[in-house]
Amino acid sequence: MNLKLKIWRQKDATDTGKIVDYNISDVSSDMSFLEMLDVLNTQLIEKGDDPVSFDHDCREGICGSCSLQINGQPHGPDGGTTTCQLHMRKFKDQQTIVIEPFRAKAFPIIKDLIIDRSAFDRIQQAGGYVSVNTSGNTQDANTTPINKVDADHAFDAAACIGCAACVAACKNSSAMLFVSAKVSQYALLPQGQIERQQRVQDMVAQMDEEGFGACTNTGACEAECPKGISLTNIARMNREYIGANLKS
Amino acid sequence: MKIGANFPAATPEGPLEKKWTSYKDKIDLVNPANKRLLDIIVVGTGLAGGSAAATLSELGYNVKAFCFQDSPRRAHSIAAQGGINASKNYMGDGDSNYRLFYDTVKGGDYRAREENVYRLAEVSGNIIDQCVAQGVPFARDYGGLLDNRSFGGVLVSRTFYAKGQTGQQLLLGAYSAMNRQIARGKIKMYNRHEMMDLVIVDGKARGIIAKNLITGELERHSAHAVVIASGGYGNVFYLSTNAMGSNVSAAWKIHKKGAWFANPCFTQIHPTCIPVSGDHQSKLTLMSESLRNDGRIWVPAKEADAKAIREGKLKPTAIIEQDRDYFLERRYPAFGNLVPRDVASRAAKERCDAGFGVNATGEAVYLDFASAIERYGREKALITHHDPNDRELILKLGREVIANKYGNLFQMYEKIVDQNPYETPMMIYPAVHYTMGGVWVDYDLMTTVPGCYAIGEANFSEHGANRLGASALMQGLADGYFVLPYTIGNYLANDIRTGPISTETPEFEQAEKEVKEQLERFINNKGSKSVDYFHKRLGKVMWNNVGMSRNAAGLKEAIKEIQTIREEFYKDVKVPGDVVGFNEELAKAGRVADFLELGELFAKDALEREESCGGHFREEHQTPEGEAKRNKEFQYVAAWEYKGTPSEANLHKEMLAYKYIEVKERSYK
Repeated sequence: MNLKLKIWRQKDATDTGKIVDYNISDVSSDMSFLEMLDVLNTQLIEKGDDPVSFDHDCREGICGSCSLQINGQPHGPDGGTTTCQLHMRKFKDQQTIVIEPFRAKAFPIIKDLIIDRSAFDRIQQAGGYVSVNTSGNTQDANTTPINKVDADHAFDAAACIGCAACVAACKNSSAMLFVSAKVSQYALLPQGQIERQQRVQDMVAQMDEEGFGACTNTGACEAECPKGISLTNIARMNREYIGANLKS
Repeated sequence: MKIGANFPAATPEGPLEKKWTSYKDKIDLVNPANKRLLDIIVVGTGLAGGSAAATLSELGYNVKAFCFQDSPRRAHSIAAQGGINASKNYMGDGDSNYRLFYDTVKGGDYRAREENVYRLAEVSGNIIDQCVAQGVPFARDYGGLLDNRSFGGVLVSRTFYAKGQTGQQLLLGAYSAMNRQIARGKIKMYNRHEMMDLVIVDGKARGIIAKNLITGELERHSAHAVVIASGGYGNVFYLSTNAMGSNVSAAWKIHKKGAWFANPCFTQIHPTCIPVSGDHQSKLTLMSESLRNDGRIWVPAKEADAKAIREGKLKPTAIIEQDRDYFLERRYPAFGNLVPRDVASRAAKERCDAGFGVNATGEAVYLDFASAIERYGREKALITHHDPNDRELILKLGREVIANKYGNLFQMYEKIVDQNPYETPMMIYPAVHYTMGGVWVDYDLMTTVPGCYAIGEANFSEHGANRLGASALMQGLADGYFVLPYTIGNYLANDIRTGPISTETPEFEQAEKEVKEQLERFINNKGSKSVDYFHKRLGKVMWNNVGMSRNAAGLKEAIKEIQTIREEFYKDVKVPGDVVGFNEELAKAGRVADFLELGELFAKDALEREESCGGHFREEHQTPEGEAKRNKEFQYVAAWEYKGTPSEANLHKEMLAYKYIEVKERSYK
């Protein structure tokens, strides 16, 4: 198929940036979206132009590197998928596709479609861990049985890949789904209990400091999350946060 | 204990099961106050690098960690699916440290160092304890205890898992441990930084030259020791299950600075990957080996049926049981679908080469869940007091059980292939997945460069000629959490009076100058072909001549062709943009330049090893049934010393003695 691409080009953080049009032909429907961009880039390089920069690595939907706002939707039109797992069979011949970076105040653009998501790392550094040193002397793994339902819910929350689609989907650029997923994982497990209150307070404080917006419960984050992280995590985090503030 | 680079490796005295303990009792320690005076560089933040960085900083060392991704959480360990082995024997099925050790040595076709493998088995249980303590949400049964499943090449269930995302959960555990130390300033994290070279001062590894991938600036970083945890080199084949950025460069740079490179030809071709669909393909996707717990592998028994399927005239579900060839169950009744990866891959290739392959390309076999869905559905119907003869209900319940176990894998398959694997069997074909070869290390995990260590997939490791499923996660975390933090102290104890290492020295100057020259050379080259063009050509040569089966003539041809591609690459590669600023093509050019050298050494190693063992299959050396035939003469680790070009590399042999295991023909029948 033949496509018309409108791609955000921005030389570096200081450049204002603009949409540039490209035509691409002979795209196979079995290609992934990023493979289609690879083909475009090979053509640009051979013509002597600067290829389009985008983040990508594992290309199997788990590393969370790839992003892209495609026709206004984070990770494009297919549900429950990352951009690298989006295939061209989801598009029509002659379609126009607008490709932009994930946009949020907390994610400055580095180049073209590449953004700086280190704010997410800093939120995790504020409390997204259990304070246990490596020693080889921790208790046997089966000493504390964990209710399967809680363990499964903790896993579901922990499946977040940190891609930031939730922030890109939110009209307020809120990071609540991302932060609540980590808070929930530990709140549901016995290992997370000791630092439970401090953790949620510290992570929320860091989230605010990074400049993410507030949550107004529209649910766009859940709808666009490639890993199906549930909105109930946000409700849980709100309870955790209020509870922690009342106790402290 | 002996300090510095040991070749061949010296191992501790005493009985096998006491060696590691007695080693730990006798090595030199660094007191906590002195640890604060010592800096360690860790390159790579996957399971090995991430766990090492966290543990070393917990101990008190100052760690500088580097990754080329935008966050340490994105290292490719994240993509490991199936599970992690540990000899906990929670299932009570007869597992033990010795049995894990035995299975690993046998699975590796008797080409690994016994003492290292036993140590790995010994610390495996601690890994699970540590990860659970960190809040890693492993799968549990209804009693709340940890669940296990089986992987290839073993007769017990010792694999701990978190659905099909075990690597993700373990890596996020290590990442969380790192975050705790980053917050305290004990780890200084350098995201989007690539190691460009190793700096050696007075014969010791003392730092690296790194490139900031955003600004393009070169930086000098010094340390008292350098740890390479940069993963494997499967991308030398261009198409592999590795991430796009996975590369050999850090390992290759230290090789060129004096670290010997061991067994490069030992590469794992994983049997269950989604088949190639066209020339545009940028990578291959693994379908976890855990699927072989429940999936049965088959091709049509009649060639005519296979042909009809390839032409789209027949559906696999229409082929009756008697007309299916479950070739693994037929050839290997004892292990069936759970034979090790090398065996399963070759068997699939044999059937496809004989004309029984499915898919339009003829290069695929089926992985079928129909009987598992029925079995689980019936069991679930009985437990929930439903009619076990209601077929519709059974299929519904069975699919739910399968979705709970492998949901994400099935979804991934459907996205890529556009077929529903709950209803029609998956199509799979072998693909490059893991490299057992890597930088040679001694018992301390130190390379032949004093003060330079290699851990995880980057080293030549405990997996011999073939790695068993769910053992890579085990080794990565064992090295990083439980082995290196001890062994590195044995070296650094002699460095407590050294003080900070200056980067304003001729050695750093020279290394930076060389890196800069290479980068400028690429930019100024003004050729006509993209980096990928050369990478794809290299990949084709590797897959065709140095892939699943190899012979002397093909290997000699590959060596010549790789030399030609390398020459053309330097003449005609076109790298757009500038040395400064973000430039992915420039980063790729450097990585492919290193693959073009490694590829040749790889083929040379395969040519030199006149035997078949594990993942290395030489057509000249096989039994009448087509199984791998080892040669006693080659019971050694081939460690290559760099001598200016890959063709001049000098071979050193570390002979392997088996004192605790009888070396037998590896049979899974």
